[in-house]
Formats: sequence, structure tokens, C-alpha cells
Amino acid sequence: MQIYLPIAEVSVNAFLLLGLGGVVGILSGMFGVGGGFLMTPLLFFIGIPPAVAVATEANQIVASSFSGALAHLKRKTVDLKMGLILLIGGLLGAGIGLIIFNYLKSLGQVDLLVKLCYVAFLGIIGSLMFIESLRAILKTQSGLIPKKVRRPRSLAQQLPFKMRFRTSGLYISVIPPILVGLLVGILSAIMGVGGGFIMVPAMIYILGMPTKVVVGTSLFQIIFVTGFTTILHATTNYTVDIALAVLLLLGGVIGAQFGSQFGTRLRAEQLRILLALMVIAVCLKIALDLLIMPTELYSISNASMH
Amino acid sequence: MLRLFLLFLISTSSAIAESVVIGMDKEKVAITATFDGSQILLFGAVKRDKPAPIGDIQVVVTIAGPSEPISVHRKSKVLGIWMNTDTVEVDAAPSFYAVATSSGFSSTINDTEDLRYKVSIPRAIRSVGAPMDVLDAASFSDAVIRIRSEKGLYQLLENKVNIDEQTLFRTSIDMPADISDGDYTARILLTRNGNVVDEFTTIIDVRKVGLERFLFNMSRENPLAYGLMSIAIAIFAGWAASLLFRFFRTT
Repeated sequence: MQIYLPIAEVSVNAFLLLGLGGVVGILSGMFGVGGGFLMTPLLFFIGIPPAVAVATEANQIVASSFSGALAHLKRKTVDLKMGLILLIGGLLGAGIGLIIFNYLKSLGQVDLLVKLCYVAFLGIIGSLMFIESLRAILKTQSGLIPKKVRRPRSLAQQLPFKMRFRTSGLYISVIPPILVGLLVGILSAIMGVGGGFIMVPAMIYILGMPTKVVVGTSLFQIIFVTGFTTILHATTNYTVDIALAVLLLLGGVIGAQFGSQFGTRLRAEQLRILLALMVIAVCLKIALDLLIMPTELYSISNASMH
Repeated sequence: MLRLFLLFLISTSSAIAESVVIGMDKEKVAITATFDGSQILLFGAVKRDKPAPIGDIQVVVTIAGPSEPISVHRKSKVLGIWMNTDTVEVDAAPSFYAVATSSGFSSTINDTEDLRYKVSIPRAIRSVGAPMDVLDAASFSDAVIRIRSEKGLYQLLENKVNIDEQTLFRTSIDMPADISDGDYTARILLTRNGNVVDEFTTIIDVRKVGLERFLFNMSRENPLAYGLMSIAIAIFAGWAASLLFRFFRTT
């Protein structure tokens, strides 16, 4: 069944969108990630204009992160105070990201920017995750118990403006969380992602937060940052396609529930190595598109949409 | 005096001895949520008040979507990466353009008339404003035609207008699903020996309707409310999903 998307002004198969939402939903449920970093490139591949894909995906992530955050709030695995601090940086970052996005759009370079961001971040995160989980698998096979290394006094503890975060059991400066929030906010506006795949490692390794509150807190602040990004794109670019978002949502929320069931049957290291491989595959696909000579060198953009 | 006026009337009407009357199967194209392209059937007749002159009558039918300025980008390799390096602004290019002729294009209308009435696809695109450093501006408008032709947005349909008895004609033009809305101009040109004898234009109203129209208008006229609504729908969907699955798990 073809459906005409009112904002994207393209006609696409509704079942294809539901299916895409479902598949990405399964993966996001399995790995506990938002799935934006997979969905946005997939939307490019099926012919949704990149500007619409980024803005609409931000809106879809509001739904999936809200659904996820509810579960974490019930389990009390959200550090609300840390979430709010991250949010201050996040909202600021989303604003900056959108200014960069719109500036490059006026130069006709926004596709390149979005794709380069994808290649860079997916490449780094994917390979780090791959190496780390490979090590973990090798260690468990050789029967070695990983040594607990006492972390040295981190930068977060040395900087001024310290604040106590009871839920995380931390007494650290607010500067690093604001900077982390800022970076993820910028990426959210440019890449149409929640940024969980950067936020989560940053919270563990830079802020030193306990693993159990990391995902919930990340989801909590993603709701607001992607919500804000949605508003910014809707009011400046008119590129949020609600019909597209709803179709992706329907597939996504159902898929996510099945995904979390599958996820419980796989071991954590295996899951992570699968996720790492997938991230690297998406990265390579986008990188190849930039490196191989395209069959059509010319492209048209709508001057009136600037 | 009256006689003179009548004489004048007759002489002017004889100047356009042949005129065109047309009909269409639809004057409106409604873009609904399940819009999957449309076909427009155009038919008409040649009205004559005296015997037809020598030479076959030919018909050109064009349908043009609203014209808008576009930017055409060209990629080239910079540091190993293919990126947009040159941009040419095309002042006005129709979002959709189909031209159907009753025989081969060049035998239906001659070049002078094509230039005057802007019938062929390259002439329907108006390109000025190429920056000084771009020498081959023509290849940019060629690219517009190539890209849009592949999507079925630009069509050259030679020998697709049927003419019966030098009087009745009809053609059908397909519009792809990915069209944008606005006033489309349908134009019929009668030609003889390559020269235009009569011209007739009419408007086809291509509009989003129902929910499509509501959402599109809201996103442009009230973007903040539209953004907030999008978020509200997302929040509701997220909440409903978690509620629904908790219900399934407990039962």
C-alpha cells in the first residue's frame, strides 16, 4: 500500500516503513539503544530527503525514549538531578547543532555534514565497542576474572562547581556533564539521533556513573533534547513529517518489545559484538557512498525551502 | 458603421479560422494519503468556420506544474570524498512538465514557435544566474532534465496525441506519485506546418486534501503548534506502548 507523505512529498510503501520501524525496533530492544543511528541512514537509502529524515527521526526517538524512560523511572534507575544537568548542555547543544545544520543547508552541504558525522562517530564507537567486547569474550574463554582497577581521581572530580548526585553516588563538577550534554545535543540536531550510543559510554568512562543508572538517565534527557530538536526543525525547516513518524513509531514500539525478549536469550558480550558489527557495517556503507564515484553527479535542492 | 464593424469581426475571426475547444476528465487532482499518481485525459476538437487550409493539423499538449527556483549541485572529488562543489541556481523550473505531440516534436512545431511559446522541456526551464566560475551552465540544466525525467516528472511524449479526421484529438498524461501541489497549467497548441494556429490554456488544480492538506498547512502556518503536536503524539505512543505491553506481560 503506497502512502503519500504530506511533508516529505514522496510516496512510499506503508508496509516498508512499518517493517523498517519493526526491524530497527527489534534491534533497539535487543541492544538497549535508540536506533536513530540505524533508522536515519535507512531513511536516506529509501529516498526520504535527508532533512526530513533527520527531523522526523528526532520526533520518533521522543516516543521510544519516553517508553523506555517510563520503565526505568518505575525501577528508580534514573538520576534525575544528573539528567537535568545533562539537559542544560543538551538543549544548548541542540540549538547550536541546528544553527550549524541550517548554515550548511544554505550552502548545499548538509548531506555531506550528516554523512561525515555518521562515518566518524559510528566508526569510532563501532570499533571501540568491537575491540572491547572481543577482549571480554577472550577473557571469559581463558577463564580469567577481569581485575577490578581502581579508577584514579577523574577530571570530573578536580574541576570546580561541584555538586552531589545522590542517586549516582557522585560528588563531581557540573562542567563535564554539561559538556557531554552539549556534544550529544549538537549531534542530535545534526544526525537525527538520540545520542545514547555516545552518552552511555561518556557517562560511564568520563563521569564515572554506576552502570545501573546510566541507561535510564540517558533516556530521560534524550526525551527532552530530541523533543526540543523536533520543535526547532519544525519551526525553522518545516521538515517534521508526522505521518512518517507515526508509521515508524508503530513498527518501532512493537519491534522493541520483541527485541527485548530476544535480548535476554543472548549473552551480553555476544550482544555487544553484534551491535558493534552492525554499527561498523552502517558506517562502511555510508563511507563507500562518499568514496565511490556516484552514478549521478548532480542533485537538485529546493531553493525556496531554505 | 455597423457594416464596417461586422466586416471587421469577420476579418478577425477569419484570422483565426481554426480554434480549439477542449475537455478534461478532471479539473482537479486530489492528493490523498493513498495518492499513487494520476492520469489526466485531455480531449478536444478543432472548430472551423471554413474548410481547412492545406497541410495537416497537429496538436501539442503541455501540462506544467508550478515553477519554482531550484539549486542544482554538482559533486566532485575533494580529498578523496565526493562532495557538492559547484552550484547553479535555476530561476524557474516547473516541478512537473509533460509535453505530448501528435507527431514527432520537430515536425509538430518549428523552432521559432518553440522559442516563442516555450514548449520543449529545455525551453520550459529558465536558467540565468550561473556563477562566473561555472563555465558549463548548460550541463546543469541538462542534469535537471535528466534527473526529473527519470522520476517521470518531465516527459516528452512524441506521437502520443491521437487526431481523428483532422478534428478530434485526445491524449492522456500520467502524473507520478511524487508530485507537489499547486496550479498546473494545461496548454493546447494547434499547429499547421509547424506554425501555431491557436492556443488554449486552462488550470488543473492539484491539491492535497483531507488529512494531508491539514497537516501540510499546519506545518507551514502554525509550525510551533505542529511541532508540539508531533511531540504529544510521540509521547502518547510511547506511553501507550509501554502500558499495552505491561498489560500483556501480566496477563
